Amino acid sequence: MAKKIKIYIDNRPYEVEDGQTIMQAADKLGYHIPRLCYHPKLSIEGACRVCIVQVEGMKNYVASCAYPVADGMKILTHTKELRTARRDIVELILDNHPEDCHTCERDGICELQRLAYAMGLRHRHFEGERKCYAKDLSSESVIRDPNKCILCGRCVRICSEIQKVNNLGYAYRGFKTVVIPAYDMPFSESVCTACGQCINVCPTAAFVEKNHTQELFEKLQDNNFVKVVQFAPSVRAAIGEAFGFEPGVSKEKETVAALRRLGFDYVFDTQFCADLTIMEEASEFLERLKGKGKLPMITSCSSAWMKCMEQFYPDLIGNISTCKSPMSMMGALLKTYFADKIKTEPKKILSVAVMCCTAKKYEASRPELRINGMPAVDIVVTTRELAWMIKSGGVDFINIKGEDFDKPLGLSSGGGAIFGATGGVMEAAIRTAYELYTGEPLMEIEINELRGLKGIKEGLISLDGAQVRVAVAHGLGNANALLEIVRKDPGRYHFIEIMGCPGGCIGGGGQPYAGLNSIPLDEETLKKRAQALYDIDRHKTIRRAHNNPDIRRLYREFLGKPLGEKSHELLHTHYKAKFPRGIIPQELTTR
Amino acid sequence: MPGSVKAQDSKLSELNRFMSALKGLSRSESNLIAILHKVQELYGYLDREAMDEVAATMNIPTAHIWGVATFYHYFKLKKPGKHVIAICLGTACYIKGAGEILEKLKEELKTDIGGMTSDGLFSLEEARCLGACGLAPVMMIDGKIYGSLTPKKVSEILQGYRKRSSGE
Amino acid sequence: MIAPLDILKKKRSEALDRIHSKEYLSIKRVHVGMATCEIAAGSKEVMDVFLQAVKSGLTDVCVSQKGCAGRCNFEPTVEVMEDGKIPVKYCKVTPEMAKQIIERHLKKGEVIRDWADSGKVKQPEKEKFEEGHLCSHFQRVFGDVDFFSRQMRIVLRNCGIIDPESIDDYLSARGYEALAKVLTEMTPVQVIDALKKSGLRGRGGAGFPTGVKWELTARENSEEKFVICNADEGDPGAFMDRSTIEGDPHTVIEGIIIGGYAIGAKKGIIYIRAEYPLAVKRLEKAIIDAGSQGFLGENILGSNFSFNIEIRLGAGAFVCGEETALIHSIEGHRGMPRPRPPFPSVRGLFDKPTLINNVETWANIPVVIIHGAEWFSSIGTQKSKGTKVFALAGKITNTGLVEVPMGTTLREIVYDIGAGIPGNKKFKAIQTGGPSGGCLSEEYLDTPIDYDSLAKAGSIMGSGGMIIIDEDSCMVNVARFFLEFTQNESCGKCAPCREGTKRMLEILTRITEGKGEEGDIEKLERLGTMIKKASLCGLGQSAPNPVLSTIKNFRIEYEEHIRDKKCRAHFCPSLLEYTIIDKCVGCGLCRKACPAGAITGALKSRHEIDKQKCIKCGACYKVCKFSAISRV
Repeated sequence: MAKKIKIYIDNRPYEVEDGQTIMQAADKLGYHIPRLCYHPKLSIEGACRVCIVQVEGMKNYVASCAYPVADGMKILTHTKELRTARRDIVELILDNHPEDCHTCERDGICELQRLAYAMGLRHRHFEGERKCYAKDLSSESVIRDPNKCILCGRCVRICSEIQKVNNLGYAYRGFKTVVIPAYDMPFSESVCTACGQCINVCPTAAFVEKNHTQELFEKLQDNNFVKVVQFAPSVRAAIGEAFGFEPGVSKEKETVAALRRLGFDYVFDTQFCADLTIMEEASEFLERLKGKGKLPMITSCSSAWMKCMEQFYPDLIGNISTCKSPMSMMGALLKTYFADKIKTEPKKILSVAVMCCTAKKYEASRPELRINGMPAVDIVVTTRELAWMIKSGGVDFINIKGEDFDKPLGLSSGGGAIFGATGGVMEAAIRTAYELYTGEPLMEIEINELRGLKGIKEGLISLDGAQVRVAVAHGLGNANALLEIVRKDPGRYHFIEIMGCPGGCIGGGGQPYAGLNSIPLDEETLKKRAQALYDIDRHKTIRRAHNNPDIRRLYREFLGKPLGEKSHELLHTHYKAKFPRGIIPQELTTR
Repeated sequence: MPGSVKAQDSKLSELNRFMSALKGLSRSESNLIAILHKVQELYGYLDREAMDEVAATMNIPTAHIWGVATFYHYFKLKKPGKHVIAICLGTACYIKGAGEILEKLKEELKTDIGGMTSDGLFSLEEARCLGACGLAPVMMIDGKIYGSLTPKKVSEILQGYRKRSSGE
Repeated sequence: MIAPLDILKKKRSEALDRIHSKEYLSIKRVHVGMATCEIAAGSKEVMDVFLQAVKSGLTDVCVSQKGCAGRCNFEPTVEVMEDGKIPVKYCKVTPEMAKQIIERHLKKGEVIRDWADSGKVKQPEKEKFEEGHLCSHFQRVFGDVDFFSRQMRIVLRNCGIIDPESIDDYLSARGYEALAKVLTEMTPVQVIDALKKSGLRGRGGAGFPTGVKWELTARENSEEKFVICNADEGDPGAFMDRSTIEGDPHTVIEGIIIGGYAIGAKKGIIYIRAEYPLAVKRLEKAIIDAGSQGFLGENILGSNFSFNIEIRLGAGAFVCGEETALIHSIEGHRGMPRPRPPFPSVRGLFDKPTLINNVETWANIPVVIIHGAEWFSSIGTQKSKGTKVFALAGKITNTGLVEVPMGTTLREIVYDIGAGIPGNKKFKAIQTGGPSGGCLSEEYLDTPIDYDSLAKAGSIMGSGGMIIIDEDSCMVNVARFFLEFTQNESCGKCAPCREGTKRMLEILTRITEGKGEEGDIEKLERLGTMIKKASLCGLGQSAPNPVLSTIKNFRIEYEEHIRDKKCRAHFCPSLLEYTIIDKCVGCGLCRKACPAGAITGALKSRHEIDKQKCIKCGACYKVCKFSAISRV
């Protein structure tokens, strides 16, 4: 328990804990000091100077996000001088920012806009030269617009401190400072893993996902196609937030209904293919356990993690599961099994996926995932994009009546649902692997030590006496820490789940932006989204992938058996080392 | 061209020798600026292949190296001309007429600060205070200081370099 | 166990022996200035002449190099020393003159009075230092020169006297005696006490009490601590640190080692600009020499104290003069500052307690130790003790390095030491503190130079840059010049500095281009005061100073620019009016040169400029051979 000290905020006395910053103390007491570059999960920059306050005895203003409290300190937070100074600082930022709010992706959900409103900017006093850079449109997943960048540095910090990819950095100096990959190279040539966390933390539209909504709207009007869509578990757990619902309210049935209204002919569930992934992956794991492959086996459904692995850890390619991600498996089935079923030419099927993830856009473009020369997934849109399409497409999401998925690719088990949360893939895989190996169902079906937001989680499963050690990491930074352990001690684990985003897919780069009273990557929001998926799992009668009757039918009618020839052809893939080769330094932190 | 490849190789190996001496020390990444100075010494500017080598050897992400390379004005990101002219625009020189000297240079070289003549003979940079304020205005060519400049003197000095270069 | 002081005395006598054996045949000693500025003025060629002469048989002369004494407008300088005689100080020596000096003075004993600057003291002063005092040697050599006699050379006591590349020379000037004394008879606490009592304040510009800073770092409990010397001297027009290092690197090194002892550090780092290659070279040699003599390394002078010094180069970033930015630069990052607290004394380099001081502060340390806190605090004013080195430049007769006791007035520096404004021009302003400082007008000339008085006047002490401005300079443009510099050097981290200084610069540029608007001055004041208070580091906090101080002291010039579109100094090109006057012979050159076709006139008759068409490019002014174009 830290020592208690007395401070004064705006002439009111308070007892607070020593050892924290002014901002932390003020936040707990109901004061809201405006801020821009500060984020509780990232290192402190003190750069935006919006959070300045006056401390008695100090000639200049201090940044409340960095200045520690001390006994007897007298702080003023909202004097006329401070309000003017803050207003001027925000105006200065706006004066070097495009004036296109109404045509901007983040109109209405932009932190800078909210701040400007709170500052009461009505006139511009200091306009002058505006920066003018070209947008970086090269990447499949993330679009970078340096003109909208306010140099808060959150993206740099999350890319280096949390994801440890170190793709983004500050370059040049002063007025010409810009956030950019090395050598000013376009994103598509950089070590970017397309995880999209930069989009999540960006306060403006300097980072946005590559937008496919226009293309999709057009295709939805085209009757030459059979329009099929799938969406991920994490989408249903979070899409409500874009419509004002509290985080953690699942909108599964409403989303199905909305998608039909938008014009899709068939709405399938990615969770079905999550079950399929489990069938294949659990079987693959058991083969390796018998000695027919490298251990530890590492999961491969996270596309950001895959790109990261190919660039940073190519020596571990042999450990990666050859299973495709649920999305790509679904895409493969749509262009073969399903096309057959509805007696349509595969090229007339429009395979769309709604994902919580920006890296999936990159995944969909991978040439090795093509099926008979066609992309398995034609278009990927994020949760945000779908939310906008629903609003723009005339669907009343709040009042719409929910509907069910289509058959035969719409039924899923609880295991498929929890795929979105960190630890979920592992938990679902164990539920199936256990029964495949021992013949008995796993009684403690909820494996709690694999749930939650701890960076690296471990578990021990007893398979008929054989001890199977598993580990789970979420966020590429934690993945790095885990993999360093694996490199030094390869026998330590048998099975590892890695998800590229903090919290798992529920924290993906395509999820709705933080609401008015929240911050990006808020832990409470992530926990609630995860809980939504755990609740879906609980409410399902079928909770194990191998008990999904539609999965069984799929194998009976089409695939044969897990790891069979057909499975290998359609549901498995291979990876190879990519350049540029990334470097993860052990001790370097950003400044 | 075999000759130039060999030259590149020898520069790279000297760079590697320099780095291996530092790599064993604690906090070796903190020597990045000294290493970049070495790269510039060997190549005349910060060559990309060399920076990649630094990234791989010293285990520093390229984005970080690029951030450092672009931050410090001493580092050149583009290959410079044969002769590098640095004109001092510090206070003392400015007050003594460096502005006029700069105009003359721009006129003669037909390029601005940061640029190079079309024949690659001269590149023009700005220097902040070379510390020779008593001789203001001052310019430095390839490290040699020329002081008490007038526009006429500038022309003469440049002519001298041009003559020597065409004579080579 | 031999005491360090005794070891030192032995080393000193060995050094003196070596010096004598080198010089024993020589009656005359010739010292040639070899600092960057001297070499740029041509001293290397002069040195070659003397060396050649010695080689060819001039046996009773010993030639050596020396640092720069700071008399920039008289370089290259050469001193001829002879026992029992006042040293002859030759100025502006060319290779031709050198040959003459050899023939006439060295061979025949004739002092060439016209070329020497000696005995011109207008007011001979009582000897400031008694025989044997560390600072007495300088006064013996240069005391009869007016420029020097009014100064008090403590920091620069050896610059221009000793060979900076000879540790023997330094030892003979009581070098490393302070270190030996500290290791023999003082505890770290006693060293810090002495510093505190001396009243020495940081010479980098902030003026923080040095003893207190040492105490704060000393009391941190840590296995590893660092001492840093800030030699990043980035102020344009400032070269005090360069001259100190090029002229007397050992004094800085000695100071750093003592600092390390006082706070409990084993490692010192000198962070120096890459643009100072000669200073770097001399430092490198000095460090090697100090190591060979046992002043650096393990068990210094037989004590338990071990210390090593490393050099780290900067790479062209003014902001790296700021403590936290400097630390980040040494760590291999971009030189961006960070919020404080925590202060470097608690968490600095590599997160360890770190003591950072400026070159000039370090150079004071050996003197404070040898001659004591009481003596040091007797110099200067109540709150600012000791001397300060200034780099005097601009429109002043005597440019160069000036070291004076705190409390000396600006007027004394400008008129007594600097010998006033050349060309019969009127004094207008004095800028102290470089681009972070303020412009003071004539009414402030009697301000004593000390940290507090200068701050009260609206400027700062800064690192020592001092620019004299005369009536031909436009104050708005001076402010714009300095702001352009700081704007360019802004690291870009915080919005007030990055964006705010840019906007201030745009407004100032507009004003100098004749596009000033009503309300511009108020905008500058509003932005300036906000940037001062809201910026993250000292660069931003002081960048508006030149602008705010010129608005305060020269507001009329701003108003004239904005309202009347006039520049009273006739400097801003867009505000000049070009007129052809009587002297015109009608040659027509200007008419041909005018890009706007604004000049008309028949051959051989007076031409005329159409003011409406004139774009004020100045082309006509440049080509006119008859001074027939007036520009006001």
